Amino acid sequence: MNEQPLVVSGVSKYFGGGFSARRLLPWKGRDGAGRREPVQVLRDVSFDVRRREIYGVIGANGSGKSTLIRILSTLLLPDAGQVRAFGLDVVQDAGAVRALINRVSADPSFFRNMSALENLLFFGRVYGLSPGDIRRKLPDILARLGFEFEKAREPMSHLSRGQQQKIAVARSFLTAPVLMLLDEPTTGLDPRSKRDVQAFIRRVQLEHDATIVLTTHDMAEAEELCDRIAFIAGGRIVAEGTPLALRQRVADGRPVEGIDMEDVFMELTGRSIQEDEVPAEVMASG
Amino acid sequence: MASTGQRIALPGRAAVWLGWAFVERQTNLWKRYWAWELVWLVYGVVNTLAITFIAKQVDQAGLAGGQSVSSLVLFLLLGTLVWAYLSAVLDDVSLVVTWERWEGTIEHTLMAPVPRWVHLMGMAVFGVLHAVVRTLLIFAIALPFFSVELGQANWLAAALVIAVGSVSVAGLGILAGVLPLIYPERGTQMSFMLQALILLVSGVYYSVDVLPAWLRIFSVVSPATYILNGIRGAIIDGKGPADLAGNLLTLALFGAVLVPGGIAVFGMAERWAKKTGQLKRQG
Repeated sequence: MNEQPLVVSGVSKYFGGGFSARRLLPWKGRDGAGRREPVQVLRDVSFDVRRREIYGVIGANGSGKSTLIRILSTLLLPDAGQVRAFGLDVVQDAGAVRALINRVSADPSFFRNMSALENLLFFGRVYGLSPGDIRRKLPDILARLGFEFEKAREPMSHLSRGQQQKIAVARSFLTAPVLMLLDEPTTGLDPRSKRDVQAFIRRVQLEHDATIVLTTHDMAEAEELCDRIAFIAGGRIVAEGTPLALRQRVADGRPVEGIDMEDVFMELTGRSIQEDEVPAEVMASG
Repeated sequence: MASTGQRIALPGRAAVWLGWAFVERQTNLWKRYWAWELVWLVYGVVNTLAITFIAKQVDQAGLAGGQSVSSLVLFLLLGTLVWAYLSAVLDDVSLVVTWERWEGTIEHTLMAPVPRWVHLMGMAVFGVLHAVVRTLLIFAIALPFFSVELGQANWLAAALVIAVGSVSVAGLGILAGVLPLIYPERGTQMSFMLQALILLVSGVYYSVDVLPAWLRIFSVVSPATYILNGIRGAIIDGKGPADLAGNLLTLALFGAVLVPGGIAVFGMAERWAKKTGQLKRQG
């Protein structure tokens, strides 16, 4: 496949809005209006990702990162714009796109009472892998993540948060996706687990034909892993470039080595990553 | 890593293989939640006994009239067993989305490259197998409590009714499964209410003739009515497949409409859920 792994063009997404009969109830309605105003979560987002690139999307909680990843994952439909993965439209050709992608989210999301192995067998099989293939590939993937294979026989609920996240990473890479969507994959991990996961991601990018989109609010992680970075704030991409190019943009005569990515984010977005939070009710809808 | 462009088309055997992954997964969950399975088994047995004992009470009170108490016992016994079976299938299929929300896996399961019809059929196959096992266990435990005449039963015809009827019930389950998809907070409750309505109108514990005329209309459009009629005809009256052709044909028609219709409606609901952002985990 020669097409570009990912081309995002003018994507916008709204949540909420429209008519709500419940708001007409006497104890709910305000100003007698049944309509709610929609909240725009993504605003005309455009970027493209090159083959074998790790492309970082950095923004605060509620900035639209996860909404963007859900659209790329075929789990949300954009209200405007288009996303093409390897030339396939993620809305029109969703089935074919799904066979090419996989995703790691901040929440590991497993069947808690099934063992890690049973979970991996299921999620591998729904990607068309045979149980034999899965059992053959798993020991190596788990070893690279610093996860003892024997522990995979234990129920997920017995594993620590870091161990669960390693299984989530293993689940995604097991299916050999050519486009990997990593949505805050190291959030909440202890430093060692974080290092294991980051090292695994780097190794996969070096050794295999995989393109990775990584969302994070961890500047150091983005800088260490990403070839290019986009800053997202208020649902809009406000800056994009290599870590060095972004630094140079704000250097203003200063040596770039002395500028950390947090400062770059603040200068380019006008606020710190902690300040750029969106109210919880908006996040809940997106 | 594999090169691109593989694993996209999934015809024939591949579809069966993918669908079977859901049967295996549900079996694993069933094993892990064995205590709940035990609860439902005990509940099913107790429900069967409690309702069937009503026939004995009717006999003791001299209310059976000319009707043989044995056939009343069998009528109620079959009603409870068939309902245990149908409700198990409906539960398993209609909870297709609810399970994923409970476990938090909905996004990962729905973004897998499995055609939705294969996913739903896998859940339906598990539902039928699960319901068969549970109902046979209830039957085996409850049967010694009663003296019923089964010599006339046509088991082949009964199996045929269950096999054909299960398709239509799976279709109903898929339709009921749409509710949790589009109403994440109350959809599961709504699908249980739908199940209760089917229980009321399908003649599970009584003939639909006793229903008020306006309720009887619903019994005509419930596949459960024809399954119960067919099973009772086969086991109480010893009717064969030819005698039950009307029931079987009606059930086949229900299946032919409800399964593709259910899958189509599920697909539309999934699209709507993707539009509005309802495919997130809950609970």
